[in-house]
Amino acid sequence: MVEKSSYTKREDGRKMDETRPLRAKVGIVPSADGSAMFETGTTRAIAAVRGPRILHPQHMQDPRRGLLRVTYGMMPFSVWERIRPGPSRRSQEISKVIEWALSSIVDLSEFRNSVVDVFIQIPQADAGTRVAGINAAVMALAHAGIPMKEMISAVAVGKIDKTLVVDVDKEEEDYKEGEGSTDIPMCILSRSKEIALLQLDGKISPDDLKKVIEMGKKACEKIHEVQVKALKEIKE
Amino acid sequence: MAERKIVVPGETIITGEDYLPGNGTKREDEDIVANKFGLVDISDRLVKVIPLSGRYIPRRGNTIIGQVVDYNMKGWMIDFGNTNKGFLQVSEVPWYINKNELLDHFDFGDVLVAKVDSVTARGIDLTIKVKGCGKVEQGILININPNKVPRVIGKEGSMVTTVKEMTNCNITVGQNGVIWLKGDEIDDELKAKKIIEFISENSYVDGLTEKVKEFAESLGKSKSKKTKKTEDESVEDKE
Repeated sequence: MVEKSSYTKREDGRKMDETRPLRAKVGIVPSADGSAMFETGTTRAIAAVRGPRILHPQHMQDPRRGLLRVTYGMMPFSVWERIRPGPSRRSQEISKVIEWALSSIVDLSEFRNSVVDVFIQIPQADAGTRVAGINAAVMALAHAGIPMKEMISAVAVGKIDKTLVVDVDKEEEDYKEGEGSTDIPMCILSRSKEIALLQLDGKISPDDLKKVIEMGKKACEKIHEVQVKALKEIKE
Repeated sequence: MAERKIVVPGETIITGEDYLPGNGTKREDEDIVANKFGLVDISDRLVKVIPLSGRYIPRRGNTIIGQVVDYNMKGWMIDFGNTNKGFLQVSEVPWYINKNELLDHFDFGDVLVAKVDSVTARGIDLTIKVKGCGKVEQGILININPNKVPRVIGKEGSMVTTVKEMTNCNITVGQNGVIWLKGDEIDDELKAKKIIEFISENSYVDGLTEKVKEFAESLGKSKSKKTKKTEDESVEDKE
């Protein structure tokens, strides 16, 4: 029983396993200790790292290791309808999710009682903002000289009707026909190839999920190359 | 300078049991893997990564220049731009101190040249029982990016010696990015300041020493014609 998917061609002419054009740059916020920009298509994320610095309030300090603190936010003009600036239910959740993904690689054991702050802002959003944020954040952390086990790359894969795709954009995310769309942000470590983040919004069969994760791993390798190239380009 | 390539965390630097992992690296089976972003430095068997950016992290033996921000019965707290402040114990000062008169020796806001004695879980201990350390009096203090300090010092202190000869200034470079310049004439100090700023702006240029010499000549001759000081007290240490 093989049913045809109604989604056979992508709007912008991409192949199903192709990402949008990628662009990355390091060192865009001069006052921060480390900063980076990551762009996929029209989704853009800026990350700035400040610290390690002393953590306040003092009761949160940990004398055994440093703390990683992530703040994610979308700029008011990043989408068609203005969104209220400041923390929202959604942005707080995404901040925590990114924090968990990043804490699997960073090693803050030598920064006792201190905090490393990661600020992620989205000036332009076209779906996949949390993965773009992770990609920018990990470059900014490397730029800030924070010890890390390895790098991390993230991509949002998905299923549009019955077609498996990589790097879902907003139009695909809102696809209603057939089985609708499933959005799966995922995060792969660069060396051990372990999964640091996997979320799922929609419905997908276990077989399809395995297949789409493999597609995502390949895309992450490409994203990793872009990140490494951007980091190696800086001259300081 | 055998190999100078930039690595990112998780990248294999070199494979083989012959090498030892140093700062910023880690052994993973056969491979030596970077866990920091920076330049690879392989000397003999030791592989390490020199950070290109980020904050200054104190290590034992580093010379730093910092400011007195607090004191207690046992000594002074020195702020040198790190997350944790350094602590200078009374016993680490090479002369007798009456514990009731600590501020007579080093007051709030005084700037000190000190050496990092130890970095432990409790904190950073400093000492001034070493030659070249003590209170900063007269001269100019300038701030540069701590990651450019190795370029300002040069290989085995070659760059800083060149600047000293050209300007007749005494230069003390703190690994935390603070530099103390002291000359007989204020013009010499200003000239040395300009040269050091030039170095930190052009730190990635090849043949920097030659460029620095050209730049120094364009600034004009040094005014004090005194012979070079023999008591070179400035402390240089390699990264």
